[in-house]
Amino acid sequence: MVKVTIDGIEVSVEPGTTILNAARQIGGDAVPPAMCYYSKLPGTGGKCRTCLVEVAAGSAADPRPLPKLVASCSTPVQDGMVVNNKTSERVHNNRGGVVEFLLANHPLDCPICDQAGECHLQDLGYEHGSAKTRYEEDRRTFDPIDIGNKIKLHMNRCILCYRCVFVANQLTDKRVHGVLHRGEHAEISTYIQEAVENDFSGNMIDVCPVGALTDRTFRFKSRVWFLKPMEAERSCTKCCGKAVVWMFGNEIYRVTARKDKYGEVEAIDQKTAWLCNDCRFEKKDASEWNILGPRVINRQSVIAQGKYATTIDKPVKRIG
Amino acid sequence: MESLTNRKKVVSDKPMTFVEKLYIPAILKGMMVTFKHILKRRKTVKYPEETREFAPIYRGMHVLKRDEQGRENCTACGLCAVACPAEAITMTSAERTKDQAHLYREEKYAVTYEINMLRCIFCGLCEEACPKEAVFLTDRLVPTQFERGEFIYGKDKLVEPADSRIDITKRQFTGKRTHV
Repeated sequence: MVKVTIDGIEVSVEPGTTILNAARQIGGDAVPPAMCYYSKLPGTGGKCRTCLVEVAAGSAADPRPLPKLVASCSTPVQDGMVVNNKTSERVHNNRGGVVEFLLANHPLDCPICDQAGECHLQDLGYEHGSAKTRYEEDRRTFDPIDIGNKIKLHMNRCILCYRCVFVANQLTDKRVHGVLHRGEHAEISTYIQEAVENDFSGNMIDVCPVGALTDRTFRFKSRVWFLKPMEAERSCTKCCGKAVVWMFGNEIYRVTARKDKYGEVEAIDQKTAWLCNDCRFEKKDASEWNILGPRVINRQSVIAQGKYATTIDKPVKRIG
Repeated sequence: MESLTNRKKVVSDKPMTFVEKLYIPAILKGMMVTFKHILKRRKTVKYPEETREFAPIYRGMHVLKRDEQGRENCTACGLCAVACPAEAITMTSAERTKDQAHLYREEKYAVTYEINMLRCIFCGLCEEACPKEAVFLTDRLVPTQFERGEFIYGKDKLVEPADSRIDITKRQFTGKRTHV
């Protein structure tokens, strides 16, 4: 076990743990935000630069500070390392710059985006973004593409986190989409408008931190804050069948996987509860689900708006 | 109990004097008050013929604005409904088709947009929440009705007609919005 201090809080973790995961063991404000790292998908991380932290002391053996900020999602801890995240002015300024870069080509069409209300870029922009844009050039634009009859790709909104590519690589047997071109021209594509047809392809909607990949069966149906997230399960031969159904009255508007406070799909019985496309897109009848009860929502979230009943109804379980 | 202020008047019931019994001085005194008011400017208006000027930020019946090209500004983002403390606003949205591009400004639009004027408290939070400068409160009054259902205003009553625009320049946000 190695000891690491993050924002003045000491924690001992397994050797080889990344700074981000050590911070998540502390929780609260010590956790850097992450747009591309996804703990359930090995190999992700190191792309978005939102999780950069300041290392004030490299290790007990060599306590010199690291000259540059490091990506906490891909830097393993050293014994005696001292890390500053929330407490560092430098990290805060840098994160503002990163948000500005991520938003350089982002269309800011939150009023029409289905992800609004549960978008990580929205949260990040709210916390670190500036009120005004300095960007004067035209944003790069793409037409929305249907990839299959269930998923819509808005390349305008994409921040190139590569999470969906890792989902395709790790959950499906044949990946048909990826990132084309390089640098400024990079884009997510299936190249020849090929449909993404796989039982688990719908999970790329869940891992997408922005509204680039959205559910076509839920497209423009409602806003997430008007819906009531309920925990539900059904017996499914392909997946675990444990999901969150988003209801309006007695109607199911959409089905998503259960996500934890970092926006990642929860692990249930040591296994990540990915959903199959059958459960996600086809089962929209309330009689097909065994509805367990309301999902706990963070009180600060817009999704908790106007849901007075959640404090009275006993939620299924408490997150964090 | 001891009085808290000195504004209390003590009523006396002592018998009236001869001059007081004539009532003439009292009548003249009363008429003086009346005649003084003839010379004063009238404070009331003859309502249906004449109406009072509204304050520039008067909050009356809502309008859903169109842009310069006559397309509806509303994208059914739901922020007015979530901001509404009286839960008076409901809406359903849909995706714009290619041939509707001249009708709606963005790719999503409100199919139905209803404000229940009986619930509405005219607080103006909806217009403050609107990111698309679509909903505004105007100086028009909500007329009385005989049926409760007639107070649920749909898009037919709320969207401004393309040929007779409703002026809201007085209450429009003066600063330039930073986002597009």
